[in-house]
Parts: sequence; structure tokens; C-alpha cells
Amino acid sequence: MSAINWPGVWAIFHHEMMRFFRTIMQSLLSPVISTTLYFVVFGSAIGGRIQSVEGVPYGAFIVPGLMMLTILQQSVSNASFGIYFPKFSGTIYEYLVSPVGWIEVTMGFVGAAATKAMLIALVILATSFFFVGVHILHPFWMLAFLFLTALGFSLLGFIIGLWAKSFEQLQLIPLMVITPLVFLGGAFYSASMLPPFWEAVAKLNPVLYLISGFRWSFFGLADVPVGVSLVAVAIMVGACFAIIRWIFATGWRLRE
Amino acid sequence: MSTIIEIDNLSKAYDSGTKALSGVSMNIEEGEIIALLGPNGAGKTTLISIICGLVVPTGGTVRVGGHDIRTDWRAARRMIGLVPQEIALEPFEKVINSVRFTRGLYGEKPDDGYIEQVLRSLALWEKRDAATRELSGGMKRRVLIAKALAHRPKVLFLDEPTAGVDVALRREMWQVVEQLRRDGVTIILTTHYLEEAEEMADRIGVINKGQLLLVKPKDELMGEFGGKTLTIELDSTLTEIPAGLADRGLVLATDGRSLRYDYDTRAERTGIARLLGDLSANGITVRDVSTRQSSLEEVFMSLVDDRKSEDAA
Repeated sequence: MSAINWPGVWAIFHHEMMRFFRTIMQSLLSPVISTTLYFVVFGSAIGGRIQSVEGVPYGAFIVPGLMMLTILQQSVSNASFGIYFPKFSGTIYEYLVSPVGWIEVTMGFVGAAATKAMLIALVILATSFFFVGVHILHPFWMLAFLFLTALGFSLLGFIIGLWAKSFEQLQLIPLMVITPLVFLGGAFYSASMLPPFWEAVAKLNPVLYLISGFRWSFFGLADVPVGVSLVAVAIMVGACFAIIRWIFATGWRLRE
Repeated sequence: MSTIIEIDNLSKAYDSGTKALSGVSMNIEEGEIIALLGPNGAGKTTLISIICGLVVPTGGTVRVGGHDIRTDWRAARRMIGLVPQEIALEPFEKVINSVRFTRGLYGEKPDDGYIEQVLRSLALWEKRDAATRELSGGMKRRVLIAKALAHRPKVLFLDEPTAGVDVALRREMWQVVEQLRRDGVTIILTTHYLEEAEEMADRIGVINKGQLLLVKPKDELMGEFGGKTLTIELDSTLTEIPAGLADRGLVLATDGRSLRYDYDTRAERTGIARLLGDLSANGITVRDVSTRQSSLEEVFMSLVDDRKSEDAA
């Protein structure tokens, strides 16, 4: 295999990040506004009645879930839009005729999507400090989970963008699958608060493992063992890489 | 001149069974301009799309600068620039950033001096900070050329460079190609405008129904197929060709005021001198004569017609 075309990776990454910075206000402002609303509604209104979950004040308890909600949505939408837009505008030909392969294209697009998503998640974390006292028990693992989740879901978004043939299809999976999984994955509650049957059902949801692991890095509390969470993310990342490699090898929806 | 592209027995069939290319073989020499000529759907775009990496062939091989496009694709692609048929640009991006981006994709280090040179040569330097959506159609096409040249390719593919553009712009595009030729870039262009191939190309390849009918130097092709027509205007009106001239293959115009004589410029005797003598001997006064070379259009039609009759036989 030939050496990786690093300037090619950088060109794609930089190009994608530039688009993010062109719309920096809406890119950053809208998550800050929506997070503030979540804190007002969930933290203050509901949190006033719940007080604490497993010893953590409710306002602080929802911070990891909110960050995860954002990182999942942002990763998927950035990566899927990033690769779908050249398909839509016709500029995809440039990627197919230049000396960049699946590895460069994936690193460029997915790297940029994950970076944007992480930046926004960190802005949300910073916003949360204005509302609640959040203490992060394991900062390294917090960042590790943040990175792995952003990577996994950016890869998933990238696949969605490669697959989609219309803007409608591009919206379909995030709307119908990912958002429900996040809400049902314990973003705003602990799975242990559910009746035993529903707790078992909830554990079939892969997003639960991400939120649980992430929350553990903040408070040391987890619905499932942290090792299981890590393995779940690693499997997702590996599977997505395999699928993307297959898509580029066969040219499915890319080449005739 | 050395061979820069070797195409051997290239074919492409789609799952539907459509054969877009069958057994195309040809060599392209360094520094030449070759025009691939053929009607819509003949397989021209398929051929260059395979060489550039947009379409996967079902058979045959292509080597660019000695590099196989399947097994040594990175090296092959570094040598190639493609200007696609459809204008495809990111609407909100600045011209100069778009060109820089392409250069990066090809693994080249930034070189704003070179990019300035390319943009100036294409009269785009003043527009370097404009978003591509603000540009006219002709400028957009030149941006595509600038992008294709961003990494100093040895070979440039122009797919229908003047499809749907007005006459002035077409001339402008021809000038750009002429300048690239002087810079030593090998150019492969597809067109269905015969005039364009005639104007620009050193060699012409004729493609129809996925088959390469021939590749020849333009002048040779014109000479070979390009018979000439002599038109003789008469002083008086004829109702029929005199009996003494009946075996000369003359055609009388419907108004009886002129005669048409087709001849082959490469023949030992064109028969013109004798014909003029015989006209005078038959009491016909010649008022004026003119000659006309067949256009590529006629050459092309005669080639395609030959194929049809061969197929029918």
C-alpha cells in the first residue's frame, strides 16, 4: 500500500473546518441556546423537584447526557452533510480523481466532523458551569469518551452521507433513529430509575453504554461497567471503518 | 515524443448489459492535443472517466506515464488533471481557496506563486477573492481549468470544454488550450463539435457506439477522407449535361447555372485541367470556379455510414 497522502488529508480537514468557521455564530450559538433552555427547563423546573439522582444534584447529573446528546447529533450531521454536499453539488469528482483513497477521505471528513462536535460539546460544558457546579472525577476518561464517541458517530454519519441520495434520506436516520436512542439512552435519567423490565430493554440501546461511561467519568456512577462501554464504542468504530472501506473498495454509490 | 498514455483493450459494460466501451486501444503521445470525436453517448466521457478514476473498467488496462491506473493509481492520478463536463463548484468558496484545496488533494505543498500564475493566465486573478457562485459561466469553467492545473499535471482532460457556451467563449477556450499546448501539457479533449477538433487537435480519434473507429493525425484524416469539391459557375443556363461530358461524374445544379465536380486531391491527376478544356470544347463558357474541402462533419458522417453498411453486410 502506498504511503498516506497527508497533505490530502489536511486539505480535506481544513476545507471542512473552514466551512464550520464561516458559520461560526450559528455553529456555536444554537447549541449554547438550546443547552441553556435544557438547564432552565430540566435543571431548574424539574430539578427543583427531583433534587438528586444517586447523590448527584439533578442539574449536574444531566450535563454528561446533554453533552452526549449534542456530540451525537453534531457528529452525525456534520459528517453526513460534509460528504453528502459534494455528492449533491457534483464536486465529489475531485475526491475520486485525485490521489486520495478511502483512508484520506475518511480521516479528513470524519476528523473535521469529530473535531467540530467536540468543540461544541466543550462549549456546552463551559456553559453548564454558569448554571451548576460540575466536578469531573476522571478528566482523561471524559476526554477519551468524548473523542471515541465523536469518532464513532462521525463515522456513522459519514456512512449515512455516502448512502443518502437525497436531503430527505440524509435527515431520516438522525431523526428516526439517533435522537430517540439518545433520549431513551438515559440522557436525563439513570437506567436504574426504570422498572426492571424497561431497564433490561434500555440496555439493548447502544447509546446507553456511551452515556453511562461518559457519566462515570464525571461522577463515578455508571449504569453498566465502564469496560463494557469502552468495548461497545470500540466495536462501533471498527465496524464503521470496515463498512467505509468496503464502500470505497466497491465504489458503491460513488463510482459507476 | 514518448508515449504518455497507453490504453489497451479497454472495455466497460454496465450491469444493465449496455456496452459503453468495447476493446478500445490507443496510445497518446506526450505534448500532443488529441480530440475524441463522436456523437452524444458514443463513449467519449466513459473513456476519459475510466482513465481519470471515476468509472471502473470491466476489462483492459490503462497506464499513465507507465503507472497502471488500478494498481498504481496514486502515481497515475498525480499526472492527470480533469476538467469535467458539468460545472461543479462549491458555491460559497473563494476562487483561490478552491484552487488551493485541489492542490492539497494532490499531495502538493502550498505554492501561492504558482497558483497566482495559473489564475493570471486564465484571467481569474482579479476574481480570486470572489465566491464561485458570483462568477459567469465562462469564468466558472476557467476556475475548473485552474483547479485541474493546480498540481501541474502532465496530462489534462477536457470533457466537452465548450458544450453549451457561446461563440466568443468558445474562442476564448481555444486560446487557453493553445497556451497550454505551448506549456507542453498533453491534452485530451472530447467534443461533438467537429469544428473544435479541426481547430485544436493534432490527432483525432473517432468514437461511435463504444468503439474507436480510428485515430489519425488531423491533416492525414482530412486528406484521406477530405475530397475536394470544384464548383463551376456557368455563363449560361444548361438544361442537361452535354453528352460529351456524361462520363465525368458532373452534377448539374437545379437552377442549371453551375456544375459540381468532386475529386481526390491525392490522386495523380485530378482531371481538372482536362475537364475545363472539355467544357470549352463543348461550347460552355465558365464564369467562375471555386473549390471547397470537406469538413470534418462530412468525414465523420461518412465514417459512421461506412460502419453502418459494414454492420448491415
